Amino acid sequence: MPDATGLELIAQDLRDAEADSVLDTVYFREQAALLVAPAAVPAVLEHLRGRGYGFLASVHGVDYFPEEPRLGVHYELLDMHEVDRISVRTRVPLADPHVPSVTLAWPTADHQEREVFDMFGVIFDGHPDLRRILMPEDYEGFPQRRDFPMGGEPVLFTHNETQTPAWWE
Amino acid sequence: MEVSRHGLGSGEMQEFRARQMRARDMLRGDLEQAEMEEHVEHSVLTTTLDKVGRWAIGNANFPLSFGLACCAIEWMSHIGPRIDIARFGFEAARATPRQADTIFLSGRISIKMAPVIRRVWEQMLEPRYVIAMGACSSSMGVFNNYALVPGDKFLPVDLHVPGCPPRPESLTHGILKLRAAILSQPTQDWRTRYGGRGTEEVVADLLRENPNAVHDINVSGGGKGQVA
Amino acid sequence: MSEVDTGRESLTPEIGYREMEESYDVSHIAHPENDELLTINFGPHHPATHGVLRLLATLEGEFVRDIKPIIGYVHTGIEKTAEDKAYWKAIPVMERMDYLAYYFNAMAYCGAVETILDLEVPPRAQYLRVIHMELNRIMSHLVWLGTTALDLGAISMFWYCFRDREQILDLFEMSSGQRMHTRYFQVGGVFEDIPVGWEEKVRKFVAIMPDRVDQFLALLMKNEIALQRLRNVGGVDEQTLLDLGVTGPLLRATGNPWDLRKAEPYCSYEDFEFRIPVGTTGDNWDRMVVRMMEMKESVRIIDQAMQGLPEGPYITDNRKYALPPRHELATSMEALIHHFKLVTEGFRVPPGEVYYPIESPRGEMGVFLRADGSSKPARVHMRDPSFVNLQAMRPMSKDLYIADFIATLGMLDPVLGGIDR
Repeated sequence: MPDATGLELIAQDLRDAEADSVLDTVYFREQAALLVAPAAVPAVLEHLRGRGYGFLASVHGVDYFPEEPRLGVHYELLDMHEVDRISVRTRVPLADPHVPSVTLAWPTADHQEREVFDMFGVIFDGHPDLRRILMPEDYEGFPQRRDFPMGGEPVLFTHNETQTPAWWE
Repeated sequence: MEVSRHGLGSGEMQEFRARQMRARDMLRGDLEQAEMEEHVEHSVLTTTLDKVGRWAIGNANFPLSFGLACCAIEWMSHIGPRIDIARFGFEAARATPRQADTIFLSGRISIKMAPVIRRVWEQMLEPRYVIAMGACSSSMGVFNNYALVPGDKFLPVDLHVPGCPPRPESLTHGILKLRAAILSQPTQDWRTRYGGRGTEEVVADLLRENPNAVHDINVSGGGKGQVA
Repeated sequence: MSEVDTGRESLTPEIGYREMEESYDVSHIAHPENDELLTINFGPHHPATHGVLRLLATLEGEFVRDIKPIIGYVHTGIEKTAEDKAYWKAIPVMERMDYLAYYFNAMAYCGAVETILDLEVPPRAQYLRVIHMELNRIMSHLVWLGTTALDLGAISMFWYCFRDREQILDLFEMSSGQRMHTRYFQVGGVFEDIPVGWEEKVRKFVAIMPDRVDQFLALLMKNEIALQRLRNVGGVDEQTLLDLGVTGPLLRATGNPWDLRKAEPYCSYEDFEFRIPVGTTGDNWDRMVVRMMEMKESVRIIDQAMQGLPEGPYITDNRKYALPPRHELATSMEALIHHFKLVTEGFRVPPGEVYYPIESPRGEMGVFLRADGSSKPARVHMRDPSFVNLQAMRPMSKDLYIADFIATLGMLDPVLGGIDR
């Protein structure tokens, strides 16, 4: 992990290179994270690739309900030569959940961005094939959001057998 | 002597009672020649044939190689050397449903997979059996959420084996129970076993003439009418 | 599609199912002579796909031109279920994700929770974790080997591998009571200490396992058919794999020695001396041999761990996070209160977000955990290696025969539980 000062240096470099991209830095339990604006995500990732973080390990989404902006997308980068990890985080509001896609530059993000779209509803602009990946194609709703109900069925026991409709009814 | 017909009931029971009456008559020496021959033909041959058939089905029950999730790994170890269900006749796990007898719902059934399983099951030929292996296919198991369906919701499950995943002894006990049930009960289609009358395919023109004909048409045997 | 009037409306009246399927665009496969391309469907119920994987394969004769994997057929909503349960109670749920590597799922999750809590795991617990994880690695590779050999046609390998797998499951059953999904790893250590006699059994197993691997290699290595089917088939260069985010034996088969156990040691892996098997060309043959050599190296790790197993507690002393031992409940009031609190509500984790990666049999498995101060995790995401490795299926299967494609799919070692979660 880059230590706290290393993280600040990276953040400073990024602020110099791309204005208004880095909103905040987080250093928690020796893990470094940069909070960036959504529109600046591809540029930030390219800049970090230039610094050696050439492996995109994970793209995943978070729902920060009830804090706004609500939906977050995290990119975990890995530098295999220096054995360093850094995390790039961005947050988008529910009203405008658009994040530019990084699939063309980082092919590994293909399925992972589709999963974030499927589970949270974040729309990745420029993704070649943004469809649902885990849920059925015609599913409505975004399951992983915090306000999506857990769902589930009443379990069929003997005592409620008569109340639970049989499948052919 | 007249054979009294009992009221409404499934064809199997009616025939059984009729046979019983005829047997009693035969013992009393009351059956005439033609009836006697018919009775012998029916009782000896049919029941013996039926028994032989059941013995064959129970002892050579080919499972469908169908693995969904973790229970599939336990299922594979049943085919493996330690438990080796091939001893009981579950020898060749067929890949195609048309040649399989039993489907093991081994694993969690997601809502995307349920129609696929249903279609696969419908391609199986009678007699077919369904074993819901593990907690997830019986009742969604550890996960009671938006993504899963219990097997009972869309398939007539014959046997539920609890466990997550079931212990080998548990599943073997279940398999043997199913085998015992096959061997002891008369060969019935799944609708009779499960009480699923009323789900038969209907022929549209027949229904247009007589809407009540839905009770008469039965594609899998039994009932009053037969579709040609 | 036959127009059957079922009396019910379609859920998507504007677009039928066939139309949705036809909306998958395969026109980007341009072929110079405009030969006939046939798109057929593999699975999800298929004997050779490992689990319920559905593949839309575009074939030209016997050659595979394009692959489109369609997943989600065993999607269980594990991540959402875990948000509803206390941290302790979410461990069994997380274990069922990658169902062949359940100790790794539990390790990644517990490691993430321990990182946020800044909790120290005692060395004995770390060594026990390592032993169980390496046993699980061997077991996962044995299942992979058995089923892949089954796909190739070498059916007897299935029985040999599962015979040895039963021995490992006996060890798991002895230490934790369950064969699979043992919930043995807990936050702060392991659930209970190993019983008497377990060490002996492990030593016996460790003594025979390297010979078994040699036997498996001998069965396949000199087999003309296996060599022809696997050599120079399905190889992809290293940079493509790195771009696609592939880790694990697939990457090591190309020559890149990236292994988190050596690169970012966790859970006292730095105490052990073991090698990382790497391949040269990255074809199916290298992938197979890399995994089999990994089994041997895992045996070395287990041996060293058993010999050096330190004495001490098997779970952290911090009663706020770990259950107190039963005998204390009779005497100590605080222990009773801690037990009660832990079982009913569970411990609270201060707010924070961590990403904790480990090396599972299929690659980098990471858990992203977000805690918001309550007793339930706010977001648990598993970065599953099979999910990311599946994207490598397209370059790996380009212009292969269907039979080679099936072998490559086996060598990819997808576990649908991890892919679909």
